[in-house]
Amino acid sequence: MASGSRPQVRASMSSVSGNVMKFFRSSNQVASPAVPQKLARRSSGMGEVSRLLNSQEGLCVLDMGATSASNIRFFTSNGHKNYSEDLLCSSLDPALRIQDSAGNSVIDSKKFLDDNLVYPAAHFDVVLVWNLPDYMEESLVKPTIDRLWSVMKPGGFLLTFFHTRDAGPDSICYRYHVTGTDMLEMQEVKFAPPGRPSSEKQSPRLQRVFNNRHIENLFRDFASIKFFLARDAIREVLVVR
Amino acid sequence: MIYNRFIRGEQSASEDGGQSMDAPKTGEFAHIGKSVVIKGELSGSEDLYVDGNVEGKIELRNHSLTIGPNGNVKADISAKAVVVQGKLDGNVNASERVDLRKSAVMTGDVITQRIAIEEGAFLKGKVDVQREAGRAAAL
Repeated sequence: MASGSRPQVRASMSSVSGNVMKFFRSSNQVASPAVPQKLARRSSGMGEVSRLLNSQEGLCVLDMGATSASNIRFFTSNGHKNYSEDLLCSSLDPALRIQDSAGNSVIDSKKFLDDNLVYPAAHFDVVLVWNLPDYMEESLVKPTIDRLWSVMKPGGFLLTFFHTRDAGPDSICYRYHVTGTDMLEMQEVKFAPPGRPSSEKQSPRLQRVFNNRHIENLFRDFASIKFFLARDAIREVLVVR
Repeated sequence: MIYNRFIRGEQSASEDGGQSMDAPKTGEFAHIGKSVVIKGELSGSEDLYVDGNVEGKIELRNHSLTIGPNGNVKADISAKAVVVQGKLDGNVNASERVDLRKSAVMTGDVITQRIAIEEGAFLKGKVDVQREAGRAAAL
């Protein structure tokens, strides 16, 4: 019986691996040498967030990008509390994969939210989502935004970036370091797919492109939404809870 | 089965092939090796280097704790300074500073005066940097 179940297990593992791999670019691409390149970019959305941060002390800031020393320094030096939670990394956990009734491998969004974004209601004044919705599994995007609504204070700011329709699927996934009130440094994000050595790190793949209507629907429970169009095919969106 | 062993004394970085690059190089400190598993409450009045598994609570007050690259700690920590190179699951209250090295994987909240985070370190939790006056008032 044990030997009979092995092919099934193997098929199931390869299905999980296949589903996880779709978050990464094609593996036949030659990895470029690991040169940490950072690009500077001006951010109108971050400028608005900074105005709020400069006007008050002791605000709670949730940074949903990869752990960034410069972000922690930027927020804590102004007397704010910084919370770090890298949701893109957490969403790639193979343990989140389950099979639906049709046998397809899907992400268990309930387990994802049981393990992540566990905070008291109305806790955060600022949430930096960065480009997470563009790279995260689609089934997790709406539940994540709904959870953010509940953990944000009324009047709190949420900053997120979306690619415009010009971006191709191979557009580089960046993490963002705050270097000034309206200045960001962008650094390419790479993860090793589960079970692969760190030498095989790849950039996550752009999952979709949201248009304005999608974005408005995504944040329809929020009080207001403001768009800033940037030159680098990025639409900055500042949402007020 | 729980193994509990302390080795007390001096150790230079070269003795373990440079693996414990942040182990205190001189002076008295306690060293928990990578094969050691401890469950319970640890307290002391000397620096501590943990390269093994510790689950419980660590209280060093005026001394430093270093979690080595092989260290796996599930504990709330109170110390003067904390350096993390391995895995830490717990809250840290450090009166002076916290260093998260590039191999650090930490889940928990940090309260300290100064924090340094190397590129590649992973942190899931809150960072609350308190100035000296603020800390004194809090204590």
